[in-house]
Amino acid sequence: MSELKDIYLDNNATTRVDPAVVEAMLPFFTEQFGNPSSMHSFGNKVGLALKKARQQVQNLLGAEHDSEIVFTSCGSESDSTAILSALKAQPERKEIITTVVEHPAVLNLCDYLETEGYTVHRLKVDKQGRLNMDEYKALLSDNVAVVSVMWANNETGTIFPVLEMAELADEAGILFHTDAVQAVGKIPMNLQDTSIHMLSLSGHKLHAPKGVGVLYLRRGVRFRPLLRGGHQERGRRAGTENVTSIIGLGLACEQAMQHMEYENTVVAQLRDRLQEGILAKVPHAFATGDLTNRLPNTLNIAFEYIEGEAILLLLNKAGIAASSGSACTSGSLEPSHVMKAMGIPYTAAHGTIRLSLSRYTTAEEIERVIEAVPPIIEKLRTLSPYWGENGPIENPEEAFAPVYA
Amino acid sequence: MWDYSEKVTEHFYNPRNAGAVDQANAVGDVGSISCGDALRLTLKVDPETDVILDAGFQTFGCGSAIASSSALTEMIKGMTVDEALKISNQDIADYLDGLPPEKMHCSVMGREALQAAVANYRGEEWVDDHEEGALICKCFAIDDVMIRDTIRANNLSTVEDVTNYTKAGGGCSSCHEGIENILKEEMEARGEVFMPGAIGKKAKAKPAAAATAEAKPAGSMTAVQRILKIQQVLEGLRPALQADGGDVELMDIEGKNIYVKLVGACNGCQMAAMTLGGVQQKLIEELGEFVKVIPHTERQLVELGV
Repeated sequence: MSELKDIYLDNNATTRVDPAVVEAMLPFFTEQFGNPSSMHSFGNKVGLALKKARQQVQNLLGAEHDSEIVFTSCGSESDSTAILSALKAQPERKEIITTVVEHPAVLNLCDYLETEGYTVHRLKVDKQGRLNMDEYKALLSDNVAVVSVMWANNETGTIFPVLEMAELADEAGILFHTDAVQAVGKIPMNLQDTSIHMLSLSGHKLHAPKGVGVLYLRRGVRFRPLLRGGHQERGRRAGTENVTSIIGLGLACEQAMQHMEYENTVVAQLRDRLQEGILAKVPHAFATGDLTNRLPNTLNIAFEYIEGEAILLLLNKAGIAASSGSACTSGSLEPSHVMKAMGIPYTAAHGTIRLSLSRYTTAEEIERVIEAVPPIIEKLRTLSPYWGENGPIENPEEAFAPVYA
Repeated sequence: MWDYSEKVTEHFYNPRNAGAVDQANAVGDVGSISCGDALRLTLKVDPETDVILDAGFQTFGCGSAIASSSALTEMIKGMTVDEALKISNQDIADYLDGLPPEKMHCSVMGREALQAAVANYRGEEWVDDHEEGALICKCFAIDDVMIRDTIRANNLSTVEDVTNYTKAGGGCSSCHEGIENILKEEMEARGEVFMPGAIGKKAKAKPAAAATAEAKPAGSMTAVQRILKIQQVLEGLRPALQADGGDVELMDIEGKNIYVKLVGACNGCQMAAMTLGGVQQKLIEELGEFVKVIPHTERQLVELGV
């Protein structure tokens, strides 16, 4: 194994920066070091490069104006800016609608806002991770300041009907924000034709560097900045621009646009092959989420009767990088809130593994993973008290009923 | 990625005694729902001598849970049941060259499985009395349940109190928001209001005379008796420290502040804070009052009120 290169299937966590993106960034560390706000020629060239990057992002999102693009430091900052702005701009509205499966960037902020006196409605999901639109419609009222719903789920890849939801919010006069960190670059979008008011994206999920994000802010939407200070980003996000990363993000967006079809055909086929290959060989395993409506690069499999971290450690030993919704990998010791929300049984929820591909993933790598996974699962199952000689023990709940602390 | 020791990794990759033991006469099943771990320990005990002849484990859990189970079975084989019961979760962690604070409960689970198996062997019923909550302080591995119990038992009302009683929050201090939230809830429950200052409290310098006057011992001890008692407790702790190449020396006592000099291996080592904490705990127990053990080198800082 050692002479083979490691296989990276954790692209929903972060991606490698494309070499051309690195190349485009380099001059702006050295000869083009100026501050875009300066009046001299050092600054001017940098200012022009920022303008280009802004247009590249605008094109990928299909935004009507390039001034609708506000550069931030990350997806989380964009999320916080959007939600807090909506609350500040409409002090009389004290309710927020979101979902139980959001990223912590939104969920933990909402938990905090709840302690500040806001009411948070968290839309539930069914076993496939889908929302109930009737539940959503019933909550829309004049008390709601903002709806924040992710475009696609980071763990399962399940896509939410944000276009339809934004429309309903817009009709009700409610601001609609979407955390599209996983969706941008994988799903074609044209924001000017939608009713989405605010959208967050993160550079490092689409082969740009870490430490740069974007808040899309539709023209005319009432806005209150999170960071006040200088006039950067038209006063909507003070602080000297992260010039190099923004330029990198611009090119990454252009490349994402070019690879959109590849992502949705070749990458999607590789993902399907991976799913089919593993499930054909490993019994008592199933893919989670809405399988007919998910990101082309994401596969989440629940392996029953074993625990995710143990799987990851053995995968890592075999040179395969993935991630898990298990409790033990998170540091919080809480099992994945997404798996819990979908009602995945306890003996399977802890054994969920997320395999997320990119345009760099090859067919040969996928075949290697299909070979590597079954013996790992088998080995761990022989250690499990829920597993007998030939499969799961009968009535696991009764045969093995530990005293729980 | 967790920072696992080589020994943990090795025991995970090559677990010893995996699977159930044939003709087992002791079985212990335990789990920790917060981490979704579960462990079954099976033992074959010689009924004549109480010696554990064989041990096996089956674990549904993460890397450190499997490694802890493997370590435990290795440790107890050949021991008598009574000897095995003396193994603490810290012993299991030590055997593995340490576990990350978030993973210490894996070693606790091992110890509990052992207790459950022994109870089963002796025909007793084992009741788990250890409750586990969300981890709050990662520096010292203190959980929610422990903090709440301590707040209730001692009527605590500041983060500083919580740190003094449980050590939680005594390290990087990033968990202070979490501790404050717990304090707020617990104090509300007893009808009080949590009123924190924006900046953590610091020890204030006091004129020496006033400090001595204020230092009226809590119990019936005179000042001299108290000093002798402190001296005696420190003497008792020295052999253990000396064994690690260190030492502790009493420098001064000012009211609740006890200044000590840490010598040798203890001084400047990152375990110094742990050592001081241990010394302080022992002194509090022996004196029956709250005291603070401070390194002599930090005395000037304390006096300046920094």
